[in-house]
Amino acid sequence: MSGWLRPRIEAFFVEVGRFFVLLWRVFAWTPRPPYDFRQLGTQMVRIGVDSVPVVLLTALFTGGVMALQTFATLKRFNAEGYVGSLVAISMVRELAPVLSALILAGRCGSAMGAELGTMRVTEQIDALEVLATDPVHYLMVPRAWAATLMLPALVILANGIGIAGGYVVSVGLFGANPVTYMANTFQFMDWNDVSSGLVKSAVFGLLIAIVGCQKGFYTTGGAEGVGRSTTRAVVLASITILVSDFFLTKLLY
Amino acid sequence: MTAKPVQIRLRGVAKSFGGKRVLAGLDLDVHEGESLVVIGGSGTGKSVLLKHMIGLLAPDAGTVEVDGVRLADLDYREITTFRRRFGMAFQEGALFDSMTVWENVAFPLRRAGWPRERIAARVGECLDLVHLEGAEKKLPAQLSGGMRRRAGFARAIALTPKILLFDEPTTGLDPVIKAVIDGVIVDLRRSLGSTTVTISHDMKSTFRIADRIGMLHEGRIIAIGTPEEIRACPDGRVQQFIEGRADGPLSD
Repeated sequence: MSGWLRPRIEAFFVEVGRFFVLLWRVFAWTPRPPYDFRQLGTQMVRIGVDSVPVVLLTALFTGGVMALQTFATLKRFNAEGYVGSLVAISMVRELAPVLSALILAGRCGSAMGAELGTMRVTEQIDALEVLATDPVHYLMVPRAWAATLMLPALVILANGIGIAGGYVVSVGLFGANPVTYMANTFQFMDWNDVSSGLVKSAVFGLLIAIVGCQKGFYTTGGAEGVGRSTTRAVVLASITILVSDFFLTKLLY
Repeated sequence: MTAKPVQIRLRGVAKSFGGKRVLAGLDLDVHEGESLVVIGGSGTGKSVLLKHMIGLLAPDAGTVEVDGVRLADLDYREITTFRRRFGMAFQEGALFDSMTVWENVAFPLRRAGWPRERIAARVGECLDLVHLEGAEKKLPAQLSGGMRRRAGFARAIALTPKILLFDEPTTGLDPVIKAVIDGVIVDLRRSLGSTTVTISHDMKSTFRIADRIGMLHEGRIIAIGTPEEIRACPDGRVQQFIEGRADGPLSD
């Protein structure tokens, strides 16, 4: 094998290995005391509550643009009555989970990478270990569960606002009938559409937290290293979301 | 000195980072209750040595034994509990920067499940020992370098560890603060009776706090003995280092 390729392949497998080791440790530490509900609460506010405005804004405009695009297209087939169903099903099945996850990767994956990275280079993570506290238990368990719980909650909000965005555009801009539009929205949607979107987003939440923490946890090389970890946390989390989205969608339908 | 039981025993410890050999089959015994200072130039692996003693780093070869337990035999959960017998003070203090001084010192006690009143009492005691009364509510960023280290000491001694490790406690401080920190280290030892291992390249503080001095060079302990023995050591490298000369076998 060429000298250029081999170290890169090795590095790839090291990364994958670290990911699964950390994932396993998060599960292994979760049931063990002491339970740090204060940390969990702090993280839930930071990851969930603080992300509400940006997630809602994104969902509103995504719903609106979906209506704009599909209205123009479906009109060619005289099928503009189905805009409501199309917007709603695309939102709950795909757009709300994936877009919210990508926003969370940018907002929180990067923050986790930077925070843990700084703690690593200033020896705070070593200090945790010395103080008989496993850093996975103390830092990653609350972040992982906060992200896993809060992303589906954000997606529920995004679903509603996205559908509202589509409604505003269709009814306000294209003069669709409000009553038939609403009826149409829920006509073809079933529970599985919603639940599969929520299951996906829970998995995305966990992925974002593990990848962000992993990048921070293994930071080397001072301030520059922290910058590198932060960037990589976002890039890798986003890629992981998009790739796993494909396989999860395949699995869940 | 009569031979006290060995508390930390390192045998043939070797460690490399990315092909660079830092420790090359190092042997070292630390006896119960003594104050050992490991000296050596910057980048010779003194901190790496310290991190092996507490299991933050695992050796590529060789063994580290603490109180007769091989650290390599412990899994990651056992070692977490095992570390309660250690207190370690880091170079820059390594205080948790989102917590106040009080919360930093209380942290190990909270994690060990102490009740609230006992934590408050113990944090007060520890801050008194390092002369930091009144700084409880400050954040690490608001402290001077010397205060940060003392706060780090207070956190390290909170659980009255049997072994105390100090990683370059006086590096980058002015001479007066250095003397204060050395005094604090000597006081802590006297009041806790712990075994201490200190990493330093400052000869003045080394002679102030050491019962024994070991010199690390090229991954091995090249000389070890009482301060008098080290002062009289015939090895040119040791002499150059303790006298701080620019020319000699170390610079060749």
